[in-house]
Amino acid sequence: MTASTEVLAPSRLRRGASRTGFRIFVDAAFAVLLFMGTIVGVIALATLIWTILDQGWDRLVADPAGFLSNYVSRLPARAGIKAALVGSAYLMVLTALFTFPVGVGAAIYLEEFAPRNRATNFVEANIANLAGVPSVVYGLLGLGIFARFLRMGPSLLAGALTLTVMSLPVVIVAAREAIRAVPEGIRLGAFALGATRWQTVSRQVLPAAMPGTLTGTILALSRAIGETAPLLVIGLPIVIFSLPNDLRDPVSALPLLIFDWTSRPQPAFAAAAAAASIILLALLLAMNAVAIFLRNRYTIRW
Amino acid sequence: MRNRSAEDDPAPLETVFRLDDVHVYYGSFLALRGVNLEISKNEITALIGPSGCGKSTLIRCLNRMNDLIPGARVEGKIHYHGQDLYGDGVDPVEVRRRIGMVFQKPNPFPKSIYDNIAFGPKVIGMGPKSMDELVEHSLRRAALWDEVKDKLKQNALSLSGGQQQRLCIARAIAVEPDVILMDEPCSALDPVSTGRIEDLMEQLKQDYTIVIVTHNMQQAARVSHRTAFFTAEAAEGSGDRTGLLVEYDRTDAIFTQPVDKRTEDYVTGRFG
Repeated sequence: MTASTEVLAPSRLRRGASRTGFRIFVDAAFAVLLFMGTIVGVIALATLIWTILDQGWDRLVADPAGFLSNYVSRLPARAGIKAALVGSAYLMVLTALFTFPVGVGAAIYLEEFAPRNRATNFVEANIANLAGVPSVVYGLLGLGIFARFLRMGPSLLAGALTLTVMSLPVVIVAAREAIRAVPEGIRLGAFALGATRWQTVSRQVLPAAMPGTLTGTILALSRAIGETAPLLVIGLPIVIFSLPNDLRDPVSALPLLIFDWTSRPQPAFAAAAAAASIILLALLLAMNAVAIFLRNRYTIRW
Repeated sequence: MRNRSAEDDPAPLETVFRLDDVHVYYGSFLALRGVNLEISKNEITALIGPSGCGKSTLIRCLNRMNDLIPGARVEGKIHYHGQDLYGDGVDPVEVRRRIGMVFQKPNPFPKSIYDNIAFGPKVIGMGPKSMDELVEHSLRRAALWDEVKDKLKQNALSLSGGQQQRLCIARAIAVEPDVILMDEPCSALDPVSTGRIEDLMEQLKQDYTIVIVTHNMQQAARVSHRTAFFTAEAAEGSGDRTGLLVEYDRTDAIFTQPVDKRTEDYVTGRFG
């Protein structure tokens, strides 16, 4: 004799019967607010791309081959980005080679081997903290340890190691997330067949975590390729007329060059800086595209 | 009336597991107490009982899977073919290679069907003369070969739930174990798939000793030779419930002439 047997009065279904009008308004208002939040980011990116294309496109297409293959010059029309582009590429490759094994190794240890105790928690909390340290501080670290204490000077190796230390926390966090996303059943299944912990981790957990780990690593590297401050602090040169033959040779990098050119008074250098920014942005977008491709193509749907 | 005549229980079977007064703790929590049990070769032994009665805990002790849980501890003795399973110098990795396990939720590796089978033999260094033959043999034994023979390179996650579970059984068989432990292997499967797994167990018992945990009493009655009924009771002065073995006997005896009132209530559906 309760609600189920009562006849439903038609008025109960009308708009406003249970404050529907107000709730629908709140619903719509939040949809608009959230959309505006999204659009701010999109507008900022569009403006950025438009600005650098507007300022740099003419300079880039006027002499693309020369722009990419000339060294710097005091004449803006003859200045090119060769040393900086090659330097950035070397820095990137070396940073990737250093960051990936160390970062993945740390993540494996923390997720699969580390005992659950205070020391582990302390390390974990501090790795998360390190991800938030400003990059200029990593520059000071690199200057103090790599450039001076280990006598590497302002070299390719010192630059790559500094970027490595900076990227490591992000890679570790990304790799841990990916490892944690592998279902426990996979580990138990491997153990139940007589696999050791290392066999389980290296042959099952790690391959299954690889798409997420690679995606995180590429995103960390794409942040590193755009870094200026740490490279500036360890003293990498901007004006340089040779390519590195050795890890101890000095290198330049694209962000350093852009920074230098934008601070010069001649408008032609501003155009050159914008042109170099187009190249840098293209590199970044290409790396992010690879990350997105890997994520979509190889992520396992359990 | 209990009918334990010689024709029902012929030659005494070889004992695979003998449990003496086994207690299992998780930290300070006593999960299971005082279990005495003998499990015989080439038989299917079912562990039944309500949730929290410790049956899954017990089966995980038999291949030292509980070692992976921090704080888990076993007291008492578990003898496996006369050897102390938790004795000094016993390597849990070796134990698990001989005592295989199939889990509640099918857990194929996210690799090809072929690689799922080949993983075990590879990691334990079996080095079979022909891996292809071993894969085929294992899949045939698990009654899966005809369904997958043309797609061995396909990802195992593309199989249906029931096929995945049979693949997990094939994977366990591939390392030539002595015992197969099954922890509610059909609870995630539909009745047709469940029937196929039960048929499979019937065939596998000729070569393997099988211990199965199940929530499904009909399943225990259908497939097992012996059934152990567990229940959980609150320890004095605390709210924690500790599992214990109530009764262990031939399956038909457990279901038709249980000795203990608690067993009778459970198997007749008055409890649980």
